[in-house]
Amino acid sequence: MSVNVVLAILVTSLATFSSRFLGVISSEGIKETSKLFRWFNCLAYSTLAALIARTIIFPVGVLSDASYFSRATVVLFCLFIFFISKRNFVYPTVISAIMMALLSEHL
Amino acid sequence: MLTYALPGSLVMAESLLVGASLLNIFLAVWFVNARLYPMTVSLFPLMMHKSQPKWKYYFSCHFIAVSAWLIMKSNYKNIKKKHRIDFWIGIGSATWTTAVIGTFIGFYSSDYLDKNIMIGLAILNPIYFLCMMVGAMKTIQIGASVILGLLLGPIFYFLSPEWSILLGGLVGGTIAYFIGELNVS
Repeated sequence: MSVNVVLAILVTSLATFSSRFLGVISSEGIKETSKLFRWFNCLAYSTLAALIARTIIFPVGVLSDASYFSRATVVLFCLFIFFISKRNFVYPTVISAIMMALLSEHL
Repeated sequence: MLTYALPGSLVMAESLLVGASLLNIFLAVWFVNARLYPMTVSLFPLMMHKSQPKWKYYFSCHFIAVSAWLIMKSNYKNIKKKHRIDFWIGIGSATWTTAVIGTFIGFYSSDYLDKNIMIGLAILNPIYFLCMMVGAMKTIQIGASVILGLLLGPIFYFLSPEWSILLGGLVGGTIAYFIGELNVS
């Protein structure tokens, strides 16, 4: 079993690194002012946004035990904090953990 | 340390639990982490300079992850192009080291943490990323990319959970690109 785990980690590392490495190879022929670069920029931002939305709405692991209502409440409240704190990243991040722990205990 | 991408690591763990083959694990992780390709292509052209050796780029692409990527995207304009790759290696080393140390602490402390605290800690990362993404919405093109990704990712989940992130990113990003181009022209 331990050998399988080591092999699985190596295979996972290879699969993960290959996307990054291919990205660097492709980058050598792409100018930062080109339309292709702007398209990839949009793809990257959109893909990350999709990943974040999925992590919050359809989570895997312990977060799936929290209700939709409590997750939505934390997200909206933290975005509110983010804007009133002049786009500070620390306050909403810290508040999210405290608020989520309290809501999951009482809801 | 080697895998360094959360969704891929989760897929590996799930695949191991159901007894999947190494080829299946490779393909599953590759599909899940394919988002790293556009992330790399949208960042590395900003850092490439002919005076810098290529090994720095090949080595440091391992640091591509949401946190380091967003930090670099927010700050690259303040750094001369020649020095951007060195700045990136600094950010990447810091985030990667923090991730490794955090993984050790999380692994050994998880047995002693209350479940509610674990749920609280689990939402910390997505909220931080969400705020960084919203903070990055400074142009119509990026704003549309983020909003469409946030909407389409969960919608595509109902069609295909495995492909929802890539499909949401591809469709949302392409629509946002055309919105931005039309707005400029």
